[in-house]
Amino acid sequence: MVARLLVAHGARQLTSSAVRRPASFFPSTCQRWQKASAQHRLFSVSAAVKAKQYTEDHEWIELSPDGKTCILGISDYAAKQLGDVVYIELPQLDMEISAGDAIGAVESVKSASDILTPIGGKVVDRNGVLEEKPGTVNRDPEGDGWIAKIEVEGKPEGKLMSKEEYTAFTEEV
Amino acid sequence: MCAKRSMSVLWPALNGIGSRFIQANCPLKCHFIARPFSIHTSRPRRPSSIIPRPVRYSSSKADSSELAKTSLYDLHAEYGAKFVPFGGYSMPVQYKDMSIIESHNWTREKASLFDVGHMVQHEFNGPGAEAFLQTITPSSLSTLKQYHSTLSCLLHPQTGGIVDDTVITRLPYGVRPSTQDKFYVVTNVGCREKDRAYLAAQLEAWNKANSDSVEWTVLEDRGLIAVQGPKSSKVLLSCLTEDTRLKVESLYFGQSTYAVFTGGNFEVLVSRGGYTGEDGFEISIPANEVKNQVTIMLRNEPDLRLAGLGARDTLRLEAGMCLYGHDLDDSTTPVEAALSWIVGKDRREKGGFHGDSVIMQQLKKKSEGGGVFRRRVGFIVEGAPAREGAEIVNEAGEKIGNITSGCPSPVLKKNIAMGYIKDGLHKAGTEVEVVVRGKRRKATVTKMPFVPSKYHKAPSGK
Repeated sequence: MVARLLVAHGARQLTSSAVRRPASFFPSTCQRWQKASAQHRLFSVSAAVKAKQYTEDHEWIELSPDGKTCILGISDYAAKQLGDVVYIELPQLDMEISAGDAIGAVESVKSASDILTPIGGKVVDRNGVLEEKPGTVNRDPEGDGWIAKIEVEGKPEGKLMSKEEYTAFTEEV
Repeated sequence: MCAKRSMSVLWPALNGIGSRFIQANCPLKCHFIARPFSIHTSRPRRPSSIIPRPVRYSSSKADSSELAKTSLYDLHAEYGAKFVPFGGYSMPVQYKDMSIIESHNWTREKASLFDVGHMVQHEFNGPGAEAFLQTITPSSLSTLKQYHSTLSCLLHPQTGGIVDDTVITRLPYGVRPSTQDKFYVVTNVGCREKDRAYLAAQLEAWNKANSDSVEWTVLEDRGLIAVQGPKSSKVLLSCLTEDTRLKVESLYFGQSTYAVFTGGNFEVLVSRGGYTGEDGFEISIPANEVKNQVTIMLRNEPDLRLAGLGARDTLRLEAGMCLYGHDLDDSTTPVEAALSWIVGKDRREKGGFHGDSVIMQQLKKKSEGGGVFRRRVGFIVEGAPAREGAEIVNEAGEKIGNITSGCPSPVLKKNIAMGYIKDGLHKAGTEVEVVVRGKRRKATVTKMPFVPSKYHKAPSGK
């Protein structure tokens, strides 16, 4: 589900035709696709990076296959702990951000919590649905409740965990 | 590092036991928590995490194992409570079967039971008790009848600043009926040590200077629960013996009586009132009987559910009620806090209470040199909820006050807040702006309570 979301948004946003994913998979496109990923190994972005990764602050990021953009949201665990989300402060479009910045906030009844980005770059899209329906973050935080899409610059900072590592992390605390 | 900012701006983030839990802000009265973290919104934002790490506050102990528990702790745990440290106690903030909004709405529609056993219950008796309490509070206790209560506050000498807010009830002393009186006083757990030191010092001075002595007892062996909501009367009455049921049924807001639960061989003190704006009761029960009694009530009454500090805070905010340590502090006078009404009529001329010269001057008209510089008012804020510490600014961006409490109102579905604003700008309808995360949001000064109160008031108005 999250992968689908990523692809959908990726397709809409990416301008390079080399990485645009068509509706049907022609062999040639697939090759181009693979080429794009392969290219990225030069920048030491391994295949594993494309899977969803989690921060200790309970955000997730998912890099596009070409590693140029990522989608960011808050984890299921965070959404559960926050409770009824009533307002989302979305980041400004085109805002330049650095790893560690608060790019927005999630307001629940009892608290407001910053949304931190573990990676720098530029905000190229934001989930406008959340302005009308902030509860989407409770319903599907790791899918429809995504927060922002970032054009990535540099590498993620801080500890990033796989789903399994993150689950273990939330269980131990 | 990550946790810093959300602590500062928002709420005193209380963390669940041993986990980096939801920032349940401190819904009640732990005033040490918020103050040191006042925010300067002009400062660049510092990062914080979605869920902050546990942070120690001066008012909380090192870890949960050192926190005190009320008599209902095990019951809360059985019902899936999420606990937070609060005023040195481990208290439920919400329960697993309901979100805070659901629990809030349940209270407004049915009935909720709150454990308030962490609050401090006192008794003052002796020939000088009334006079003593009239020196440390501005209340007119001489006109307070037996079995009647009043909201009041303990005052600092000279400055008239509020040490703590409290409810005082006059009760018969000794074998009933009695012409001798005692005063039952409930104070906030967050102020426990401060109040203890204050009261001890005040009492020592009193007993040295007066032959009418006063005796002060802290009722350590009593639990306290609140049943709140439109069905609270039905729920409570069905649990009482027949003869005491009639007495409780005839209570109006601000009145008390002793009652007995069916099957119980102990007496409880029932006071009609509460902290939600709904009809309701606060019941002082022997500590060793609380768990059993609450278990029975919850089992027999499907309309009654447990509610935690989370709902308690949003309910009291909708009702426009103050939370000590947030909306009130040592530097606030009752007049500034829009609590002038607690200063008794007969006391406004003669004074004779701590800070009387300051408070009586503030009560005068502006033309007579009276008034205050800031006033507590309500706000409705557009967009993001404004929380404690947010600055209130005018059109030019100049600071004209600050928010002391705020949350999204589950009933109004608008962001409500209270705070202090420059005198003159305090009239309902005044448009101002509130800075949340560096952005200015429109806000309107609004009359409180935000949600109309539904107390069971005596028909004649008194």
